[in-house]
Amino acid sequence: MVRVVLPQHLRTLARVDGEVTLDITGPATVGAVLDAVETRYPMLRGTIRDHMTQRRRPFIRFFACEQDLSHESLDAPLPATVASGVEPLLIVGAMAGG
Amino acid sequence: MSNVRVLVGTRKGAFILTSDGKRKQWTVNGPHFGGWELYHLKGSPADPNRLYASQTSSWFGQVIQRSDDGGKTWSPPGTKPEDLIGPDGMPKGESNMFLYDASAETGQPLTTHQWYDGSQRPWEFKRVWHLEPSLTDPDTVYAGAEDAALFKSVDGGKSWKELARLRNARGHLWQPGAGGMCLHTIVLDRAHPDRIFVAISAAGTFRSDDAGKTWRPTNKGLVSKYELPDPDAEVGHCVHCITMHSSRPNVLFMQKHWDVLRSDDAGDSWHEISGNLPSDFGFPIAVHAHEPNTVYVVPIKSDSEHYPPDGKLRVYRSKTGGNEWEALTKGLPQQDCYVNILRDAMAVDQLDPCGLYFGTTGGQVYASADAGDSWTPIVRDLPAVLSVEAQTLK
Repeated sequence: MVRVVLPQHLRTLARVDGEVTLDITGPATVGAVLDAVETRYPMLRGTIRDHMTQRRRPFIRFFACEQDLSHESLDAPLPATVASGVEPLLIVGAMAGG
Repeated sequence: MSNVRVLVGTRKGAFILTSDGKRKQWTVNGPHFGGWELYHLKGSPADPNRLYASQTSSWFGQVIQRSDDGGKTWSPPGTKPEDLIGPDGMPKGESNMFLYDASAETGQPLTTHQWYDGSQRPWEFKRVWHLEPSLTDPDTVYAGAEDAALFKSVDGGKSWKELARLRNARGHLWQPGAGGMCLHTIVLDRAHPDRIFVAISAAGTFRSDDAGKTWRPTNKGLVSKYELPDPDAEVGHCVHCITMHSSRPNVLFMQKHWDVLRSDDAGDSWHEISGNLPSDFGFPIAVHAHEPNTVYVVPIKSDSEHYPPDGKLRVYRSKTGGNEWEALTKGLPQQDCYVNILRDAMAVDQLDPCGLYFGTTGGQVYASADAGDSWTPIVRDLPAVLSVEAQTLK
């Protein structure tokens, strides 16, 4: 079970309060978490990563365990504490003057 | 008595303004989608409670929202539980997926367009600027996108398909205006159901007579002396808005970057009608609901000074189809006003006398219930207004 904290606007769009929890099949990676997020909340497709390229949108960041995972491969394993649900994966709107 | 619903898109959400036919007392409802840019909202002429909205964000991309109850509730089409199909529960709709069609069967190779410096850049989807519902079918709606393209949905916005042959109309010579390379105007013609006009900044106007299968530039007569190396080029002009009266579908009016123009032959040729305007730069242009020769523009000082000349907010009306313009000032600020009125931010209702509405980048929405003779602000302090549409409800 992985815990995910979505940015406020995506929580509104997905109609959820607080963090969401997701069961991941296979290795826990950012890519696997995003797959699970988009399956559970289809309205979030295209809002975190581009529909066509599947690349992270430029103003989206991935943080966990006080580390920036934004530039890691989507297939890289998540920290063990995130994979086990002790720490959440934070999906964050970048600080960009908005 | 009829009611009026005014749909307002702003930089930080959508607002719905409602009044009875007197248009004196207004109710303001919103913000909807607070914090997002609402580039455009528009209702279906075939079902006024069917509304479409373009919700967009530099952070989170494009979302299409739909309401089936006049704006009380909204959902991205195709994501309600009843839309889910298949054992994996995946939705059949991808309401925010705008993929350029590069297929051999219906598409057009996804090549490049001109950039500000004249170099070539690849096409890349950014947002939807304008939504134009079909005149007859609530489930059919067109979307004008940046980078410039026209998309069509026939399932209520659940899925979108590009009418890609438009890019065949010398797309490599299109270039972005200051706001981006956007398809911002879509005009449908009740008299010719297969006819579609679109306008693109900075490419010009284009017409299809076969429901979008083929397109041709319709820019003869446009002159862009300071913007293009060839001032009367076939494409590349920064057209800001075009409009038409449904009773006279061959007559089009245009606000270009500079110049106000008119076509009497469905865009085949254009001639200037700027006449005595204090500036012929501006963004929106509108036609009176019942007088097809009465036209409205809002002059802006220049292409870099995006505010009214002399700090006076004046709508100009021509009752002669152009060239002879009168300033409409009653109720509008006549000193120290430096707001802009964007291309999709002026609309008319269908009542008699005709009502006019426009929104400003300063957050005011002004209404006139007497065809522009006098104005009152409905609201003064919204976020910057991107679009205004008016619905007349029976």
